[in-house]
Amino acid sequence: MIDLSQVKKRSTADIAKRIVQDIPDGAYVNLGIGQPMTISNYLPADREIVLHSENGLLGMGPLAEGDDIDEELVNAGKQPVTMVLGASIFHHADSFVMIRGGHIDVCVLGAFQVSVKGDIANWRTGDPKATPAVGGAMDLALGAKKLFVMMEHLTKSGQSKLVTECTYPLTALAAVDCIYTDLATIAVIPEGLLAIDWVEGLSFEALQELSGVPLKRLLKN
Amino acid sequence: MIQKEIANLAEAVRDIPDGAVILSSGFGGAGLPTELLEALFEQGAKNLTFISNNAGSGSNGIAKLVIAKRIKKMICSFPRQKEEWTFDEQYRAGLIALELVPQGTLAERIRAGGAGIGGFYTPTGFGTELAQGKDTKIIDGVSHVFEKAIKADYAFIKAKKGDRWGNLVYHRTGRNYGPIMATAAKLTIAQVDEVVDLGELNPETIITPGIFVQRIVNVGKRDSKS
Repeated sequence: MIDLSQVKKRSTADIAKRIVQDIPDGAYVNLGIGQPMTISNYLPADREIVLHSENGLLGMGPLAEGDDIDEELVNAGKQPVTMVLGASIFHHADSFVMIRGGHIDVCVLGAFQVSVKGDIANWRTGDPKATPAVGGAMDLALGAKKLFVMMEHLTKSGQSKLVTECTYPLTALAAVDCIYTDLATIAVIPEGLLAIDWVEGLSFEALQELSGVPLKRLLKN
Repeated sequence: MIQKEIANLAEAVRDIPDGAVILSSGFGGAGLPTELLEALFEQGAKNLTFISNNAGSGSNGIAKLVIAKRIKKMICSFPRQKEEWTFDEQYRAGLIALELVPQGTLAERIRAGGAGIGGFYTPTGFGTELAQGKDTKIIDGVSHVFEKAIKADYAFIKAKKGDRWGNLVYHRTGRNYGPIMATAAKLTIAQVDEVVDLGELNPETIITPGIFVQRIVNVGKRDSKS
């Protein structure tokens, strides 16, 4: 059992800021509903990063407030948003041409599980009581040039979300490029999972044990 | 002379029979043709198949038809919604059929239907439960799933302005599925906030050319910003 009391876990904001480090100037980016959307709060002013919303908007601005609210200008989570200068609006097929045609540079999604091969499960748990709903997850997972996953490293009961094979229903096979968790940043490479960085107070060996699947590391670490 | 403007909503939906297959624009409430859906509710058609991104929002529009058990099948990408459980209850009870489609595949199936294409291969969904039973093919080393085009009897769409030829412009992200759905139905009915004189819409900025629209009905100005 690993003692996590000395480990400085990343908050959701910390994970968001870590992801932002890997989003270059000029990138077209789609942020999934939920935690990934909070990344928009940390985009640096010195980089022009264009946010795409699957419902037909490029150049999405912050959430709308007060008089700026227009129920016909919403994000993928159906919240009223604003547009930045240079924004454009298009129909749904064109929006998914951007996604499926490989024109979006980075997509960030949440996940229940990611496998060592980069398979992702993020759209349903298989609970028979829940009505299945997929939205744009399957299109985004495969279509974006790079797929980043933002998630907690462990489930509430302490199970690793990094797995040999996903047990939840799959969203896409071999799609994930990099995983950002509250404990570490882990790239998916052809040989498996590569730990890029991990938080203070956590040794590589402890990260390896918590993760439950083989991790590689660069020599410099 | 071409006159696609219809006097009122009831007239616009008068001939929709039981069992009709209907496309409806809208992403949540944005672009949802609420007034047309309300008119269909009043008209009484039942055993309907609806194709839309969501299975209704709140208790208006498609949700109202679901609640009244007038829809036998939903083809959509995201049926789950906040604070309204009628769809879930009927789905669990087996009263309503659900064909769940990835959102981009839904849009492309509709686009293909409107373009006279029978179907297409896409990587989206390969290896997942949504590809079960579908043909697959490896193209340039990438696994693809065959998806069939969608065509419908009617399309209900919401636009901002239109003219008597059926040319349309939209409002912000309310555009969503409108332009592609207009192409994929035998009969497209557009509700607009304003009918303008022929020639008033700039040909360079018309989003849906009138050839795709058969009926247009003016539902008056909505109180949102232009």
